This record gives sequence, C-alpha cells and structure tokens, in this order.
Amino acid sequence: MSAPRTLFEKIWRRHVVSPEGVTAEAEGLPAIVYVDLHLVHEVTSPQAFTELVERGLPVRRPDLTLATMDHSTPTDPSIDDARLRVLDPEGSAQLDRLQANCERYGIPLYAMGDERRGIVHVIGPELGATQPGMTVVCGDSHTSTHGAVGALAFGIGTSEVGHVLATQCLLQHRPKTYEVRVDGRLQEGVVAKDIILAVIARLGIGGGTGHVFEYTGEAIRALDMEGRMTVCNMSIEGGARAGLIAPDEVTFAYLEGRPMAPSGDAWEAALEDWRSLPTDEGAAYDRSTTLDGSALEPMVTYGTNPGMAIPIAGAVPEDEAIEPEKRASFRKALDYMALEPGQQLQGKPIDVVFVGSCTNSRYSDLVAAANVLRGRKVADGLRVLIVPGSDAVKRQAERDGLAQVFVDAGAEWREAGCSMCLAMNGDQLAPGQYAVSTSNRNFEGRQGAGGRTFLASPLTAAASAITGRVTDVREVLS
Amino acid sequence: MSRSFTRYTGTMAPLPIQNIDTDQIIPASYLKVTDRSGLASGLFSRWRYRDGDPEGEPISDFVLNRAEHGEARILLAGDNFGCGSSREHAPWALVGYGFRAVISTSFADIFRSNALKNGLLVVPVAEDVSAALFDAVAANPATEVTIDLKAQALSLPGGGETNFEVDPFARRCLLDGTDQLGYLLNQASSIQAFEAANPARLDTRSG
Ligand code: SF4
Repeated sequence: MSAPRTLFEKIWRRHVVSPEGVTAEAEGLPAIVYVDLHLVHEVTSPQAFTELVERGLPVRRPDLTLATMDHSTPTDPSIDDARLRVLDPEGSAQLDRLQANCERYGIPLYAMGDERRGIVHVIGPELGATQPGMTVVCGDSHTSTHGAVGALAFGIGTSEVGHVLATQCLLQHRPKTYEVRVDGRLQEGVVAKDIILAVIARLGIGGGTGHVFEYTGEAIRALDMEGRMTVCNMSIEGGARAGLIAPDEVTFAYLEGRPMAPSGDAWEAALEDWRSLPTDEGAAYDRSTTLDGSALEPMVTYGTNPGMAIPIAGAVPEDEAIEPEKRASFRKALDYMALEPGQQLQGKPIDVVFVGSCTNSRYSDLVAAANVLRGRKVADGLRVLIVPGSDAVKRQAERDGLAQVFVDAGAEWREAGCSMCLAMNGDQLAPGQYAVSTSNRNFEGRQGAGGRTFLASPLTAAASAITGRVTDVREVLS
Repeated sequence: MSRSFTRYTGTMAPLPIQNIDTDQIIPASYLKVTDRSGLASGLFSRWRYRDGDPEGEPISDFVLNRAEHGEARILLAGDNFGCGSSREHAPWALVGYGFRAVISTSFADIFRSNALKNGLLVVPVAEDVSAALFDAVAANPATEVTIDLKAQALSLPGGGETNFEVDPFARRCLLDGTDQLGYLLNQASSIQAFEAANPARLDTRSG
C-alpha cells in the first residue's frame, strides 16, 4: 500500500516528466510537468505564437490544444464582422491573428459564428474536454475553474503559453496544498458564489498564494457541477493558482455523453481510473481551514478587491476593524467606491446589473436569475445585461424560454463572451456608475474606467435588477 | 528586451498600496496588442493620467509623475503585488517603462513567474524592511539601494543588507541569460518518453 495521497498529489505525480531537482547539481530545478489540455484565446496568445514563428518551432500537440474567441468579442447582436472592423480595428486584428495562427499550426479554433464558441472556461467542461485527473492550462487566471471536474488547472503567462505550444510542458515548482472545508447545508438564497466570496473574505486575497485549494465538505459535495465551477473559478481571487474538487457521481453524470468525453469501453475505463483520484483517507494537507456553510449568508463586495466582502445585511467595516497598516488601502478603496465606513450596502441605488462571466454565466446561473425575474420588470432606468457564457448556453436558454423571461423583464439578451467582466469589447460601465455583477473582479476600473462593482450571486443580481438597488434576494422571494 | 539581471543600484518609486492588481498595472484596454512593445504609456494609466488617458493631463501627485521619482527604476510596492489577471502585459509594461525590479512583502504567484521571465526582478522583503524602505524614501527620495542577484542581497539605506529569496532556476536564468524555452526544448527526449508511456486521452480535433 502506498502512502495516502491528496487528489492534488495524485494528479501531480502522473504528470511529472522530470522531477524537481534533488541532486546538488540540479538543486532548485523546477519539475517539468506535462499538460493534457491547453486552452487558447485571442488576448494572451499572439506574442507566444510570434515566439514560435521567430524560432521556427512547430506546435508540439495541436491535438491537445483548443482555441476560442471570447475576451474582446462583441456581445451586441447587431455588430457583425464588417461593423466590428470599423468599431474596433485593433480587436478585429487580434481575432484575425488568432485565426491565422490556428490555421498555420492546425489548432482547432471555435471562431465567431461557431456553435461551440464561448468563454474558454465555460466551453472546456461543456464539451467534456476537461476531465478528472488532467492537467489543464490557459493564458488566463480563471483556468482554476476546470478544477471543478477534478483536473489540476491553472493560469499561465504568455511566455508559458509559448512553452506549452512548443513542448506541451511547463517548468513548475510543486505548490503546497490547502484544504478548504465547507461543512453544513446552505440556507435558502445562499449559493456557490456566496461560498467562494465568504472563503476569500476569510482567507484574504493573498491567503492561498503558493497553494492549490482543495474544496471539501458537505456544502461542496451538495453543489451541482456548475456551482462547483463557480467556486473553483474564484480560487485565484484567494491567491491560489488552482482549486480542486474531487470527482464523484455528480461529476461523472455531468461528463457522460459530452462530445469530447470518452465513450463506450473507454468511458468505463475512465470511470474506474477517476474513482481512484479522490484524496485518500489520512492524507495530509499543508494547511486547512473550515467554514460552517449553514451560517453563510448571501455575500456582496463593497471594496476594490474580491476579499472585501460582507454578508448582504451587513455594513462596510469601520476603520477600527481594519489592521492599521491596511487602513490607507482600505480608505483608498472606499474613496473609489464613494462609500463610508459603517455604511449599509443594502438599498444602495445602482445603475447596471451584469449577469455573466466565466464565474456565473452557465445555464443554471441563468435559470437562477430567470426564476427571480420571471413575471417581473427591471427597475426604471436600470441597465441589465444578461450575457450567456457560450453559444450553447445561449441556444439552450432560447429554446427553453429563459431568454424570453429576460427580454420580457426588460433586460438585454446578448451574445456569448466575456463582455463586461473585463470590459474590453465596449460593454462597460460609465465613470461613477455602480453595478451589481456576477463576475469575479471588482478592481478599480475593471468593468470600465471609473466604474464601481459590487460582486454577488446571480440571485442577488436578479433581485437587485428588480429594485434598482442592492437587494437581498430572500426579501424578493418571500 | 533584455531578460538578464545581475546587480542594480538606484532610487525607488514608492507605491504604498496593498494588493495592486494587474488591471491597475495595465488596464484591459491595452491588451489588444499583438506584440510586447508600446505598453509603457499604459503603465498605471488610470492612476497616472486624468481619465486614464496618456494623452491627457498627468495626475501630479502620482508617484511616477513626481519629479523626484521620475528617474526611479525600482518600484517599492505594498503587499501582494501583481494579484489578479495572469496578463504578462503587466511585466512588459513595467519593463517597457524602465523598471528593473519590484520590492514588496509578497507577490502573486503568476505575476512573479511572469516578471522573472522578462528580466524584472521581484524582491520579497520582510515587513520591517519594507517599512524602513518606505520611511527612507519619504525622508529622502534620492535614497539608493543596491540589489545584487548573485548574492541575493539588498543593501539597506541605513547600512547593512538583507537577503532575499528568489527561485533558484529563475535566478540562474537571469544571471547567465539561460532561456527557459530553450531549456525545455532540450528535454525533448524525456518529453517523448513520457508521451510514449502516457497516451493522450483526448483529441481536441474530434470535437
Ligand atoms: S469572463 Fe472575465 S474572468 Fe472569465 S475569462 Fe473572460 S475576462 Fe477572464
């Protein structure tokens, strides 16, 4: 019997091409880690391809590489290719570049108009491309999302995108492990997004630096796959490059029959293998923390990083509650948000609601929002954007009548893409505007220069859309 | 772009803010480039210029706009520098502007890795060292420090020095100009052996 191992250790060991240096001569050498799936998008790849071209290198494994267009693509249905070239020549040029690079190297690309296109972290699991036990990387920090299926998935920089294109490998030091246990059953109105916002508020946005989170506990097990993706997605907001959830029957049921998932005998073999992945009884993590899921409330952020979050019925902290050396940054954040210490957020008037991003743009997120909005109207003067995470999500929502619920309520129903999550494509806040957003970052100017973001769940976003104010969904539903 | 670093002596630009994220270092509107250059004007643009517009009026009290810090090539920043997005455009912009190193009490993982691949040294220091450096720069903006990568030492303004940690492989690459991709390419036979023993479980072209 081998020593008990964590899920992380099992995946890591399977992918080590050469171990971290142990001999005196090799001391400090990083491990060479093999990558099973490399996801590529238009924004962080052009310089990496240029490096390959300059060195005359091929792409080692185009068959393990998959590209999509998402970050800067328009979500306004009236903007076609010709109009985009006029409106955003730089963005179009970047899309053209991705297309040319993929053609040159034989990499499958889901370009504009392709039914499989969508946000890179939505389509990976949706297509069954991300599978338990894999290593998955992408030039995007929210690659951690794919950890929800039990894959070791993390974001890399553009130089590393080049490394993976050329060698299918990365130089990595082995990170430490951090168990984040969430016990208990969630209350009504509390969802995956609230769990992860509460975790980050507890650990701080640098709390997971150097670590990989593994989420465990009853509240995590009870989440469906898309909820698990929401949790793993924001691991990076806790400073952890990756977040993992052990695969179980929920995972297998989700993956079965997806286009890139194994089928037939291969499915059976895969299942047997995947069942061996969960952390062994008695395996040790480098760190652990436990939260009581039953005590969690809907969460909302008040500041300019995702760790600055409070229960929705709570108030912005007073100065005294902040460590002295952090007060200047705290004050800077409140100045930017035009909020006061001790202020209640509930009831705060807002200008925009954004339901979208790789955190909360999947079908179940849209169902949650639609259940609140059905038969209701969005508040006068409020702009509400509903941006599905993929073309497939969009089509399903249109088939099932969700899209109609949004349109009837007075929301904008958009094309799939990153949209106002990073506001590269023209979907953005005006200076001074407040938004309740289901995305993952409330950094200064993230959703548009001068824009102010309250991060929250799709339920909170939908409830706030009805009132035009930051609203506790439990009040709307009761 | 030079990707090496051995030793540098110079003044510091103090930015005593915690959790400076890469969206602040270089906003998303600059991410439409297809090369690594031309990002310097976007560096901290939302803090540096009115309405974030490099063509517009500079915000006079922002550190990079202050005459006494205009020549500084070491950034002295608050804790958890470079958190958020994985964009390597952040170190490209810092290097493009002329920064050689960033000193902070801690760095986000992806930023650290990206910076070291671009010749931008990240120098982690203890809290008391950081506080002393901020004090020294506030008292005298012309305060110089020396960062010696070989010795992994940072000279302190009041005399003496402190050692700092750096990933040994990145250090080696910076000191002797080893190129990380070149190093990986040299491991082709191990990679091939790994592939032979571990057949792919996926073909993305089959979707
Ligand atoms: S939705 Fe936002 S966080 Fe997710 S990949 Fe797109 S830009 Fe990044």
